[in-house]
Order: sequence, then structure tokens, then C-alpha cells
Amino acid sequence: MSENAVNAEELAADRSRMQISDTEVAVEIKSMNKWYGDFHVLRDINLKVMKGERIVVCGPSGSGKSTMIRCINRLEEHQDGQIIVDGNELTNDLKKIDEIRREVGMCFQHFNLFPHLTILENCTLAPIWVRKMPKKEAEEIAMHYLERVKIPEQAGKYPGQLSGGQQQRVAIARSLCMSPKIMLFDEPTSALDPEMIKEVLDVMVGLAEEGMTMVCVTHEMGFARKVANRVIFMDAGQIVEQNEPEAFFTNPQHERTKLFLSQILHH
Amino acid sequence: MANADIFQIRTEEAPKLAAPISTSGVIGWMRQNLFSSIGNTVLTVIGILIAYSLIMPFIQFAIIDAVWTGDDRTACLAVEGAGHAGACWAYVIDYLPQFIYGRYPTEEIYRVNIVYALFVLLLVPLLMPSAPYKGINALLFLVVFPIISYFLLTGLEFGDTVVLPIVETARWGGLLVTLVIAVTGIVASLPLGIALALGRRSNMPIIKMVSVIFIEFWRGVPLITVLFMSSVMLPLFLPEGVTFDKLLRVLIGVTLFSAAYMAEVVRGGLQAIPKGQYEGAMALGLRFWQMMGLIILPQALKLVIPGIVNTFIGLFKDTTLVLIVGMFDLLGQIQSSFSDPNWSTPTQGHTGYLFAAIVFFIFCFGMSRYSIFMENKLHTGHKR
Ligand SMILES: Nc1ncnc2c1ncn2[C@@H]1O[C@H](COP(=O)(O)OP(=O)(O)OP(=O)(O)O)[C@@H](O)[C@H]1O
Ligand SMILES: [Mg+2]
Repeated sequence: MSENAVNAEELAADRSRMQISDTEVAVEIKSMNKWYGDFHVLRDINLKVMKGERIVVCGPSGSGKSTMIRCINRLEEHQDGQIIVDGNELTNDLKKIDEIRREVGMCFQHFNLFPHLTILENCTLAPIWVRKMPKKEAEEIAMHYLERVKIPEQAGKYPGQLSGGQQQRVAIARSLCMSPKIMLFDEPTSALDPEMIKEVLDVMVGLAEEGMTMVCVTHEMGFARKVANRVIFMDAGQIVEQNEPEAFFTNPQHERTKLFLSQILHH
Repeated sequence: MANADIFQIRTEEAPKLAAPISTSGVIGWMRQNLFSSIGNTVLTVIGILIAYSLIMPFIQFAIIDAVWTGDDRTACLAVEGAGHAGACWAYVIDYLPQFIYGRYPTEEIYRVNIVYALFVLLLVPLLMPSAPYKGINALLFLVVFPIISYFLLTGLEFGDTVVLPIVETARWGGLLVTLVIAVTGIVASLPLGIALALGRRSNMPIIKMVSVIFIEFWRGVPLITVLFMSSVMLPLFLPEGVTFDKLLRVLIGVTLFSAAYMAEVVRGGLQAIPKGQYEGAMALGLRFWQMMGLIILPQALKLVIPGIVNTFIGLFKDTTLVLIVGMFDLLGQIQSSFSDPNWSTPTQGHTGYLFAAIVFFIFCFGMSRYSIFMENKLHTGHKR
């Protein structure tokens, strides 16, 4: 009873600006395969992400979720099939790769902030060096996004002086400073304490409400229900099932999905 | 209900207090650290006695019994009945120009002084983190200063017009040679070492192989061999008539030698940087060299400052080996002065070596302290 009440309140995300384009494709993955040595880690992946979509990817540990989203910005190389990001196909062309990485932001489980730079410098580094933005302008933009994630007062500190949740919010702000068209999240909250999870999820919900195209690997099912328009379930390197969040959670079809959901929902 | 004993609830806020003062004065510190128990007190006393018995004779020799003025050996000979004679600083003072400039012509010594002055003027602000214009400063120190110094020290002549008379490097000596070799070696071996370390970790097989072979070759031979080969064997292989300054050969040998060591130190630092740092940088769209220069190397080099300075200090002291190929660095110059009958006294050798030790210590200790200062300066809180 009480669980339902909480869910109802949580589901109240502002969906007015969450618009999914019918024509513009953000990411398209076509029969993609990847191996680590002899190990076939991703098998025949097909995924089309339209502009404005908010996709949550879940699945058991080792199922290839990280590997898949890291292929989207070429942190991992795929060996077979096609990945097209924002109209550009990912090949060995380094220039293309840099171009794509500029448009795709990514947040990691362990934040990966640069510990030798202040928070502000972490945020201005890429705009200054990659976008060739004047320092002053970059700092204004950085402060804007630090305010968005509610930690402008930490700008002068170093990452080592911040809590985990604050660090992850900085990491999100750092990505946003590059004004990415697509944001990738790889378990952004799984290294955090429960209290901090909320502050990070709130920022992510805010992003979704503004219409950002997002692909999130996460096990935060509340988040999935609240903002996702599609949930993808992966197992053993394959996409096993995908559906709208409500249907996915209440009426899973595949045996492995049922097993997985029963494990994460009732423990 | 039965758990009444473990129930507790805070009724008042605990007051926020100032941090306790960690030491209560000198006496408190001594009591805590030196005399906290009988065993500790005994150790302290023994330690003081040992220190006293080592330091007192030194002070006696170097200061109390020392002779500071005089024109020749008679001033420093043991006075009848006064026992053991002290250091003969008068000899060091008399020889100081030779120790600092070698056999550089007296009327040209001003040129060396300009180089020394420029060196200090450019290096000091470069080392001070708060000094402005770091970029210009570094450019002046690393590019303009070497060029100016080169012409100032070796001379500049166009045909018959003599701007600065040429001074052959064979006439250089003393601290001048020590510093030229050490500074060139230090400044050149760091970037070369970084390049080699990156090369060794490169994915490109040829670059990797060349780096590995280079590093292992130079690490595998003793410096003395390198110096000996460069000055004795190399000329045999060069075509007839091609000469190649001996100091230059030594400089190249020393630089390549220490670059190999530097490369391994830097590689250690590179290996300590987590993969996430590379990924964070790449995900932002930084190019390879931007990632290396802005993210990876600053962190890697900071981690290995102690190792880098260790290599620098080793290199500084290894400059004394150039004596083997007939060049006179500070130590060589001091040793060669021992043959002067004018100053031959029983303590001449002790004084000369003591002077060399003091000069080397000042430079090496300076580098060591500076590295500790930089480490603290660059410390940006705990890693998570
Ligand atoms: N660099 C690598 N070399 C070899 N195998 C790897 C490598 N990286 C990952 N793997 C393997 O690939 C599989 C998928 O890994 P991946 O990190 O994508 O899983 P995941 O779904 O993100 O799991 P988790 O929920 O634990 O993060 C795992 O079995 C893993 O052992
Ligand atoms: Mg993962």
C-alpha cells in the first residue's frame, strides 16, 4: 500500500518538454557484434534511439550493458555491424571519433573527475581546449551548470574535497558544459550512499524534463518509471526484451526478465 | 521494553569546540617525544652524546681551528704545540676563481658571470609558484637562455671580426663544467624521458620497440663506460677531419643516460594513473596529446616527483665522473689543485674535499627541499 503511494508521487515528473522526435535519430546501432578475444560479449545488438528518448538499460552483472553504451562514444571498439551517432558512422577515423565525443556526454560510475584540477577547471577544460571557447565564457557556462546541479559554492575546491554525490553532480555539470546532444550514464549512482543517490537522480530527472536524449545504465527502477520512455533488458550480451516502463515492470514477457525483476524487486 | 538500558536520546546539542592545540610548547613536545619513558630518555641521551662526538670535531676542524686568511701554505701549517691543525680556508679562498671558472681566461670571466646571473634570474621566478608570466619565463629559460649562454660561453667570431673571443671548452672547468653538464642534463633528460616513457607504453609496435631498446641499452651500461666510449672510442669511428667537441659528447652521453632512467621513473607514474582518467578525458573529446598534456602527465609527474628529483640528484653527482675523460668539474678542479706546492699542507686535502662536499650538498639538498615543497603545493586532497 504505502509503496504504491510513494511510487505515485515519484511518477510525477514534468513531462511537458519530454518530446520524442519521430524523424531525428540520435543513435542507431545495427547488428553490432563485439568480442573480447574469443569471448562474444555483445551479440547482434540492434537499437535505435530517437532524439529526446530516455532509455534505461538494465540487466544482470556482466551482461554487457557498460560495454554497449561505451561503444556509443567509442571507448570500446566494435568489430562488426554499424553504429551511427548523430548522423556520423563510427569508424577508425579519429577525426570523426573526436567529433562524436564532443556531442556525446558521459558520466561514469566512479565519476572520473580530474583530481589535480579544481571543480571549475574540470568544467571549463573541455570547452576551452576542445570547443576553443574563451576562458571567461567557459567559466560563465560552467558556473551556470554548477548552479543547475546546486553546487556553485564548491567551484574552487578540488574533487577530493567533495562527497561522492557532489562529485557525480560535478561530473554531470562537466559533461553539460560541452552542450552535448546525447548523454550516456553508466551506473551513475551505484557507487553512492542512499542519501546521495537522490541528489544525483534529481539532477538527472531535471535533465530529462528538459528534453535531453539519455541512455542510462541503472538499476534505479524508480527513476526508470519516472522518466524513461523505454526500458531495455540485456542478458548475456543480447537485448532480451524492451518495453515501456510500466508494461516492462508489471508484465515482463521473457523468462530471464521475470527472473531478473523478481530478484531486484523482492529482496 | 526490557531494553531500557540501551535506550538513549540526545537532549542537548553537543557544543562545537575549537580544535585542540596539538603541542603545548617546546617543553611539552620534548616531554612527549624525547623523555616519555626511561628507555626513551636513555636513548635520547645516547643520541645526544653520539651527535656531540661527531659534530664537535667537525666544528673544531671546520670553524674553530680553521685558518681563514693567508697568502700561502705557511699560514695553514700546524702551529707548534697547538696540536691538530684546522681547515685551511685561505687556500680555498685563494683558489676560488679556479674552482668556479676553471682555466677560463680572467678577462673573459665576466661572460661566465652574466650566464650565472641570467641563470639565477630566470630560474628563481620559474621555481616560485606565485611568480607571474610562467609561459614567457619558461620560454626564456628553456630556449633563449641556452642560446645566449652558448654564445657567451664559447664565444662568437665571424671570420676576422671578433664579437666575443672564442674560449675552448678545454679551458672551462670547476663549477662551470659541473653546472653546464648538470643543468643541460636535467633540462634535456626530462622531456626526453617523458617521450621515451610514452613511447614505451605506445600501441605502435615500432615506436614501442625503439623506446624499449633505447632505454634498456642506456640502463645496461655504466656511465663511466658511456663517457669513455664517447670521448675515446667515438672519434675512431668518425670520418677523418670531423671533430666534435668533447664537452658536447659528454653532454649528449649524460643526457641520454639519465633520460633512460627518467623514462622508467615517468613510466611508473603513468602506470599509476587509473584507466578512468583516460576515459574521462576521451569522453570529453580531448585529443590524445591534450589528454596526455592536460590530464595524464600532470598527475603522473606529480606522483613521481621524488623519483624525478632522485634522478636529478644522481645526475648532479655523476658529473664528477667526467674527470675520467680529462675534464675538470668542480671536484676534478679541486683535486688538481692539490699538486700546488704553494698550498701543500697536511689539511689541504681535507679542506678541499670538505669544500666540494659542502657545495654538492647545497645543490642536492636544495633540489630535495624544493621537491618536497612542490609535492605539498600540488597536493589537492585525498583521492577517492
Ligand atoms: N576489457 C575486457 N576484457 C575482457 N573481458 C571484458 C572486458 N571488459 C568487460 N569484459 C567482460 O565483458 C562482459 C560484459 O562486461 P560489462 O562491463 O559490459 O558488464 P555490465 O553489464 O556493465 O556489468 P556490471 O553491471 O557489473 O557493470 C563481462 O563478462 C566482463 O567480464
Ligand atoms: Mg557496468
